[in-house]
Amino acid sequence: MVGIPSRHRSLFLLTGVVLLQVLLLAVQIKRDSQGRLIRVWTVSAVSPVERSGAWGIGKIRDAWRHYFALSDTARANEDLRRENGQLKLEIMQLQSKSAEADRLAALLNFKQMQAKVPMIVARVIGSSADANSAVIYLDQGLREGIHKNMGVITPEGVVGKVIESFRDTCQVLLLTDRDSGVGAMISHSRIQSPVGGLGEPLLTMKYVGNDDEVNVGDRVVTSGMDRIFPKDLPVGTISQVKPGSPFKQIRVRPSANIEKLEEVIVLLTTDPLALKPGAPPNGSAATAPSASGQPVSRLTNTKPAEKHP
Amino acid sequence: MNDTFDLRISESHIEVHKFHGGTILLTMIFALMLQAFLPVYIPKANILDLPLLITIYFGLSRRNPSTGLLLGTLIGLLQDSLSKTPLGLFGIAKTVIGYLASSIGARLDTEHPLARFALTFSFFAVHQGIVVLVQKLLLAQPQPWFTMRLGISCLVNSILGVFLYYLLDRFRKS
Repeated sequence: MVGIPSRHRSLFLLTGVVLLQVLLLAVQIKRDSQGRLIRVWTVSAVSPVERSGAWGIGKIRDAWRHYFALSDTARANEDLRRENGQLKLEIMQLQSKSAEADRLAALLNFKQMQAKVPMIVARVIGSSADANSAVIYLDQGLREGIHKNMGVITPEGVVGKVIESFRDTCQVLLLTDRDSGVGAMISHSRIQSPVGGLGEPLLTMKYVGNDDEVNVGDRVVTSGMDRIFPKDLPVGTISQVKPGSPFKQIRVRPSANIEKLEEVIVLLTTDPLALKPGAPPNGSAATAPSASGQPVSRLTNTKPAEKHP
Repeated sequence: MNDTFDLRISESHIEVHKFHGGTILLTMIFALMLQAFLPVYIPKANILDLPLLITIYFGLSRRNPSTGLLLGTLIGLLQDSLSKTPLGLFGIAKTVIGYLASSIGARLDTEHPLARFALTFSFFAVHQGIVVLVQKLLLAQPQPWFTMRLGISCLVNSILGVFLYYLLDRFRKS
């Protein structure tokens, strides 16, 4: 070894190192091992750095994407806004359908509970062209047996009465109309008085004396005296009471959501009705009181209305 | 002896570059990290062989065959341990490349980019040849000597090497 020049020394070193590695390979093949210990050390040493690197690169990439590479973001944002708008519209449609299904289910339930009372569900298809009158049009008419002076209700309460019937449609005077009214009474005190419209959302109870005890929040129900609607159907709730001359000034908030009607029930009879007790907490009957509050249509029919062809 | 003497005389005209403390070690580790890390995010980056480029560069710069081959051995074995190849496959190949680069660097001026490109290209080809040879002879894993991918890899690594060497030149001691 003494006489080996330095250049040859490196050559010897090369040979030795290569031979060692060949042996290493041979050992691995012979033992079918892969130098696990060395790998574990190396990987253990490298993986924390790689993890840190991955974390750093993730941060850098996030920063790049969120703050710098925004060229496509505006377009993507527009697309998302458009999609969001469409989805909102779809949600609104679905909610509307869901609400409609709920309403129809309530109507169906009411109808099933009052199986002996002839009635038909009709859809509101229009309203009056005159802003001063509260009138709606339904999609059912004479062909379905709807006639003038039939009561129109919802499960929540009285809506109005049919004032005109056509072949496939009918016109309904809402309870809020100035010319509308229903025979009613205060639920707990049984004080009777017609309730009529004022051309505004609230109704009025007209002939309650100043000596009678009336409180805000009292429920007003049908009295049945108009002989159109069954007794004890909700008309509304007293929302305001003022002393007047000669009668109290009483305002009643309708039980039915008269301003947002979509489906209603038309009672297909002009006979006096008697709904199942406790059946519809919200049944209601529309009478047609006169402007003075007196029932206009004191119907005395004893047989159900005939269906018109 | 005369030949040896003459060669040593001629080697004395070639400058041996030294680096700041820890540069070689850190560069080696960084190259290995990148080699294992980069393809995760840039799959195409797996055609790069950064440990080989580091071996070549420091071999050419230090111009000491013993140091060069030992550095190649270390880098190769670490590369093996970070991959699924048996320990020694890249170790042998990079040992030889480290030796060759150091030996050639001791005789030639390797500072010109074209020379660096040509040398890297050649070393890359030799490296791949050794890897394939070891796989064939020792591991009984027949591999093709040449593929298009290998050619592209050879070219890309050579181009990258020129820029990388220029960057690493900044860490030399003046």
